Order: sequence, then C-alpha cells, then structure tokens
Amino acid sequence: MKVSMSVNGKQVSGDAEPRTLLVHFLRDTLGLTGTHVGCESSYCGACTISLDGKAVLSCTMLAAQADGADITTVEGLASNGELHPVQEGFWERHGLQCGFCTPGMIMSAVTLLEENPEPSEDEIRQGIEGNLCRCTGYHNIVRAIEYAGAKMRGEEPAPAEWENA
Amino acid sequence: MSSTSVLGGVVRRREDPALIQGRGRYTDDVKLAATAHVAFVRSPYAHAQVGSVDTSAAAAMEGVLAVYTAADTDHLGPLIAQVPVGALRPLLNSGTVKHVGEAVAMVVAEDPYVAKDAADAVEVDYDPLPAVVDLKHSLSDEVPVHEGASNTLISWVGPFGADEAALAELQQGIEAAKQRDDAVVVSQEMTNQRLIPVPIEPRSVMADYQAGYDRFDIYSSTQIPSALAGAIGKYFGMSMNQVTVKAMEVGGGFGCKLNVYNDEVLVAFASKHLGRPVKWTETRREAANSTIQGRGWVATATVTGTEDGEILGFELEGIADMGAYSQNFTVAIPFLGLFVGSGQYGFPTYWKMDCVTTHTMTTDAYRGAGRPEAAYYLERIIDMYARRIGMDPADVRRKNYISSSEFPGAVSPMGFPMDTGDYATNLDAALETAGWSDLLAERDAARAEGRYVGVGLATYVEVCGFGPSGLVDLGFSWAEYQMPSAFNGSSLVRVHPDGSATVSIGTGPSGQGHQTTWAQIVGDGLGLDVERIRVIHGDTEEAPPSIGTFGSRSAAVDGAACYEATGKVRAKAARIAAHMLEASEEDIEFADGGAHVAGAPDSSVSWGEIAACAYQPHRLPEGLEGGLEAHAIFSPGNATWPFGTHIAVVEVDPDTGDVDLLRYIGMDDCGNVISPMIVDGQIHGGIAQGIGQAMFEDAVYDADGNLLSGSLVDYILPTASDLPSFELDRTVTPTDVNPLGVKGIGEAGTIGSAHTVVNAVVDALEPLGVTHIDMPLRPRRVWQAIQDARA
Repeated sequence: MKVSMSVNGKQVSGDAEPRTLLVHFLRDTLGLTGTHVGCESSYCGACTISLDGKAVLSCTMLAAQADGADITTVEGLASNGELHPVQEGFWERHGLQCGFCTPGMIMSAVTLLEENPEPSEDEIRQGIEGNLCRCTGYHNIVRAIEYAGAKMRGEEPAPAEWENA
Repeated sequence: MSSTSVLGGVVRRREDPALIQGRGRYTDDVKLAATAHVAFVRSPYAHAQVGSVDTSAAAAMEGVLAVYTAADTDHLGPLIAQVPVGALRPLLNSGTVKHVGEAVAMVVAEDPYVAKDAADAVEVDYDPLPAVVDLKHSLSDEVPVHEGASNTLISWVGPFGADEAALAELQQGIEAAKQRDDAVVVSQEMTNQRLIPVPIEPRSVMADYQAGYDRFDIYSSTQIPSALAGAIGKYFGMSMNQVTVKAMEVGGGFGCKLNVYNDEVLVAFASKHLGRPVKWTETRREAANSTIQGRGWVATATVTGTEDGEILGFELEGIADMGAYSQNFTVAIPFLGLFVGSGQYGFPTYWKMDCVTTHTMTTDAYRGAGRPEAAYYLERIIDMYARRIGMDPADVRRKNYISSSEFPGAVSPMGFPMDTGDYATNLDAALETAGWSDLLAERDAARAEGRYVGVGLATYVEVCGFGPSGLVDLGFSWAEYQMPSAFNGSSLVRVHPDGSATVSIGTGPSGQGHQTTWAQIVGDGLGLDVERIRVIHGDTEEAPPSIGTFGSRSAAVDGAACYEATGKVRAKAARIAAHMLEASEEDIEFADGGAHVAGAPDSSVSWGEIAACAYQPHRLPEGLEGGLEAHAIFSPGNATWPFGTHIAVVEVDPDTGDVDLLRYIGMDDCGNVISPMIVDGQIHGGIAQGIGQAMFEDAVYDADGNLLSGSLVDYILPTASDLPSFELDRTVTPTDVNPLGVKGIGEAGTIGSAHTVVNAVVDALEPLGVTHIDMPLRPRRVWQAIQDARA
C-alpha cells in the first residue's frame, strides 16, 4: 500500500506492507536512521518521534496509521544549520554517551519543554521516564534539559558542574 | 604534558554533533545493496533432545533464500572461547539444546519480516529433558548439564598461587581466631543475582563477503573488532588481513559485546555461501536469552574480628553460575573477583568459588565482571560486622585498610601486587563531602519520628587496565582469536603533509568519548588544536590491532600507547624544527599549532611547515628518514587499582516496602583525569547500573529454565525518576604503571554502588532488626523482610 506523510517539513510517500512498522518505514524506506529501535515493545523510548505535535513511539505504530500525519524526527530538529536548544543542551552538558537512546530522549525532551517550559528537576525526571538510558544514569540528561529550558526561556543556563570544580 | 595542557580540561565531545542530529552510524544503519536478512529458530526448552528439524515449509516461502541447520555448519566447529574450560557452544545445535534461546536453525530471506515468518515455519521436534537451574542443585551433579561431565568446571581458590599447605595454614589461622575469647564471627549467605546487560542498542552484525577478492567486510556492534577479525579469519581459513571489521558507533556494550558470538560467525557463513551481504539484528528478547548475562553468585561471607573492630580473617565460599556453555571469558569472571577478594584490606582472606554449569544462557563479563560481586560480599559482611560490634562502619574500614605507607610495593592478601593507594584519605574526603556526622544525626532524628531513614557506606578497590602482557601465562592469551599476547595498547599517530594529524587506535567506541580523549592526548603532546586531529578507531583495516574496549582499560593502556606514539612524533618533529629554525633541539617547544624556540616565541614554525619539510627528505637533516608518523605498543607493568567510597541515603516506606533513594555521594579515585566531564559521566552511569542491581534488575529463571524476565516489561531498569542527581568528587592518586597516571573509570561506579544501597536500606530497617535482604530490593521483597522482622 502507498502511504504519504510530512516528515521534517517535506511531503514524502512510499510503499509499505500493512504490517510495516512506522519506525521501519522511516529507517528503511526513507533512510532516516536517526530514529532507533531498542526494544520493539514500547518500553525503551529509543524510537520516539514527534507525530502531530505529540511524542509517540514509532516501533509500536504502523506506517499505515501515520498516513497523512505531520512527523518530526531527530534529523529535522536543527534548522538552517543551527541546533535545537535541546540538542545544544545535550552537547554542552554531556547528556549522551553511546548516543543510541539520544534521538528518542531528545524528542521526548522537546515535547516536555513545549508542554512545560520551566520544569522542576522532578518534572524533568518524570517527563523522560519513558525513555531508558543505560549510560548516563540520567544525571547529565537532566542537566541538558535544564540547559535547554533556560535557553528557550531566554535565560542564561546554570554553569556546568565541571566549571564549578 | 605541555604548559598549555588540555589534559584535565573540558573539551566538548567531538562525537556528539553526529549523534544528537541522528547522523551517527550504528551497525543496523548500514545499508548495502542486495542485503539479505537473518532470523534464528531458537529453542523454547532449557534442555531437550532435538528430533527432526523440518525446514521444507520455510524454504518454500517466497523470499526465503536459505534455511541452515547444524548439518550445514557443524564443519566449522563450535564457537571459540578465550578461556576454553567447559563445553563450547555449537554454532547451531541439532543434538541436545542446553538453554532457552539456543539457536537451532537460521533462516535467510530477502526481507527481515519474511525471515521471521519463515523462522516460525521451521518445525522442530523437541523431547524435553530435566533442567538444572539452581546452583546448589548443579553442584550436586545429580543432573549433568553436559552428559558425562561434572557440572563444576573449575574452582577458584585464593590467595592466588597458594599451595595446599599454605591454604591449610591460612584456614587454621582463621579457625584459631574464631576461638578467641573476644572473637566476633558474622556470617551470611547472600545472592548476587543474575543480570542482563541491556545496552540500549541491540547487537547487530552484517557480513559482506566479496568473492572476487576473497575477503570479508564485517560490520558489528562489537567491543573487540580485532579479535572478531581474527576469529572470522580462523573459521574460514583466511588471514586476519582478509577480514575487515568495522565497529562504527556502538550503542553501549558493558561487556556483553565483548564476545565473538555464534551469530557473527553464522552471518559470515551465510554471506559467503549466498554471495550477498547478510545482516542480523537481535530483538530485545534475543538480547535477553542469547547475549551473555552477568553475575549469578550464591556465596557465604564470613568475617571474624575482635570486639574493637580488628578483622582477623575473611572467608568467602560459594558457587558462580556459568550458564550452559563457556564463551569468551566465562569461567575467568569469578577469577577477576578473586583479584579483589580481599578488597582494600590487609586481613587474611580465604576465597573459594566453584564455577558450575546450568541450563541457562552463558554468563560472561558484565560491567565490573566479578569485581562487583566480590566487593558486594566483602562490603556487606563488613557492614554487618560493624553493626554487630556497634562501631561506625567507616571506622571499621579505616582500621583494616592497607596503609598508604605500604605503597608502592603493597601486595594484597590475595597475592597480587597493587600499584598505588591511599584509602583513608579517600574515605575521609567522602565523609566530609557527605557530612557524615550530620547525616547520622539526621537519620537518628528521623528514626525518633518513626521514619525509616538509612545511611549506607561502602568502599571498594578495583583492578583494571590489564596487562601486563605476561598475563597470557594465566590462560588469557587471546591466541584463540589469532591475537596472541595482546594485553598491550597500540596506537599509530601520523602527521599529514598539511599539518593535520590522525591517530589510529585499535579500540572501538561504545560511549566512552574516545573520539575526544584520544584527540586530547595527541593534541596536548603536539600542541595541536584537537579540531585538526582525526581519530580512527573501531576499524581493523586502518588501525593497529588491539584487544578492544573493556575492563576499564582504554585510557590506561591504549591511551598510554597513544601518548607514547605522540611522544615519538614530537621528538622527530623537534629535530626537524630545530633544523629549520637553526636552533638546538633541546630548546624546541610545541604549542599553539607549531614549534618555537624556548624564550623566542617569534622564532617558530607551524605543524604544516614542519610536515611539509618532513615529506621532502632533501630538506631534512642528514640521516633523518622522511615522513612524520610513529607507532607505539604500550605494555603496562601491572594492572591499575582504582578505589573509592560511596555513601547512600534512603528512606523506606514500611507500609509498602518502597525504597526512596534520597542522596548518593561518590568519592572515586582513578588517578589522573584526562576529562573530568567524561570521567564523571562514566561514574554516573556505573552507579546507575549498580543501583539497578540493588533495587530493580533480576534475570529470573524458573525451575524449568524459562527466562521469566526476558523483556523490558519484566526486566526492570532504573528510569530517570528512580534516581537522584549524584554528588561526585574525587581524590587523585596517580598510578605509576603508565605515563598518564590514569587508572580507568568505566566500571568503578558499578563496583562501588550495589552494596552501598543495600547497606543503606538495611540501616534504615535496623530498628526492626532486619540484618540482610537479598537484591533486588523491590518493594515486595523489602515489605516481606519487614513483615518477617515484625513477626
């Protein structure tokens, strides 16, 4: 079957079997391999994308269900060569190590900050609890999201912990 | 280090721009034309005789290219292992399967969905047999895992190298101590449960056999690219140089990608047989039951001491679960525990672990690999002893430490020479950072209000960064993978004619920031901006052989090789620069992208000018060879021995058993620090995995050998809301076994943390009389312990 959708601001279409998962359509048909598959059971969050403004798990959704949707993946976050503040935060605050959970984590964080521009640490932690990270213990992911939140509010981010040392 | 040293400074990670924009390349992202896809048929039984394997329906499906069984692959032999003690894994098994998830057949199809359908269509007759899962049951040999063989593969006894007479004398000494009037003996059987490593990236491998050139390109999410190249060569009668392994980005490893797996060999076999690229990526369930697991010990720890805190002897006796087959290191993992069996202490220690097989997935190296288990027993029982004699747990530890005055030259009671250590300074720093006496007062105040607040402390010593290369004498030769005597680091530094530089190194990435760290070391040595330095790693075609990224070894061993290769390049460049500047070689200094004469900053040449000269031999000083590159192999004189102190504060809800982790303080000492940002990140992640073991994670097999926690639904990982922000600081005791003074930090957080949390929870429940709860401390188990204590 033919499916069409907007992905990262471009109208795209392609063939998909009725059973094709959205994440495989993105990765294999469209070549957008930034969205990762971590568990095929909607527990790890590595496949998180933005679909019609909501953070959704593309490994437990069919490509057919996304027909006509407006999708943003991690590849579409930066604009005109400028990183999204959340991407910048992850870089500035060492919010990633192996990087495999990172695209999904970033997409969840973007949605979190859109819904709650000034989250507390607890709210950040609850906001990303659907995304598993095995490398960072989440410590610097929280710092990265705090950094991004400050940037998006037009404030100066708190200095990095290693700058205080 | 140069005066403008970037070592110890913070450089934003160079790997990040790709990874945060979804442009990193992991194995499953690689697309080659005409790639075929694999699905495996796996045993649903822990122990069963395989009858017929009917592949006809699967083979007839549209899009299926081949279905392979053991008959097709047995000629390749079993899966090779580094320490081949015990039965080796058949690549595919048509005889008696030994664990749930064991591969019986392999389907290759045009499409991964079709491959899975076809795997479901393979009909296998199984005749189930009784399974052995319980470790004590296995030890009895009542049911053999492998017909005709004892289930006990090896027993590791320490001190290392002690003969029977010495061991008997040691045990008699500890027995005599127990008879003293003032003797306090505390003993506890404890389980250190099996864990599933769970890197978020599932393992993935793609093989591309090129018949016209008789060579392989192997793409794999492996921690050991050189060993995989050697292994593939060995299976297919090829030299290492006919096999290129590329481990590009690896999405976490934690030890479980430190194996050559049967699927890697089988995918290569299929590619060669079909003449097409062939790829397989494991599912999360396959990651649980066919990628190695870790831990899995049941042991009794006993401490014998005096009423005033002097420990007279420690004994550990137990059983470690090897699973069904031996893979890379399997039986050697408890031996790594033996290395640190006496921890950072000087008291006599007797240690014995029996390594037994069971009808479960193989165990092998998982972050810490033997050392968290050893530390757990030691630090839990010392805590119980401190509680029994009513002494501050910090004071008991301090009283029994190996003194800093014994370094250098200290030899642990287990018989191993240690590099450097200053345990009391580290402990005191942790107590000060945490505000120890205030913490205890706050706990007591909370108790007075009827709240169950606990404070836990533990200290640890790790051993990592192996060599020396003489370790091959212990059986770790890597020769099975055509990598003999490879406990070295190896690095090649090349300055190109334009003055940019490339460092090639045989380690691979899996999140440690090597792209950044190697560039920092080279940039520091050459006075060259890190932006001008390219790092090539995880690629056996371009980098010198290395045994890989594991055992917290990369910085301490390969990083040292990187440092030494850089030094060789700098020495040659100094000769060239001196010639160009008509100055003395001794007066040449490197900084700001070039060389200058000391005290005369205007008299300078850039790296571009030096390199241009180096590649025009007629311009060089008499007798100097053209080119500007150097290779170094670094063999450390010893492993390194990092250490630290961790403190946790918890509150337990007595009605639900829920544990709230309020604070976590880590005071680690990994010697010199190249990047504080990266080192702290490693500690954060390590602590989270130790907390995961303490509170959540459990690879549960039922009595029939079914893995009950084989998905992320039931194998519970810590989430962001389960953890606090960590409070880290460090002491710095440089090692003397490498020129950087660094000790390695990949595993330390994990080695220090599980027992710290358990000590805190038990402390919280002390008013109820709870003395021990086995991990994981999930609410039900804690609640039950409270009920039992109250009953």
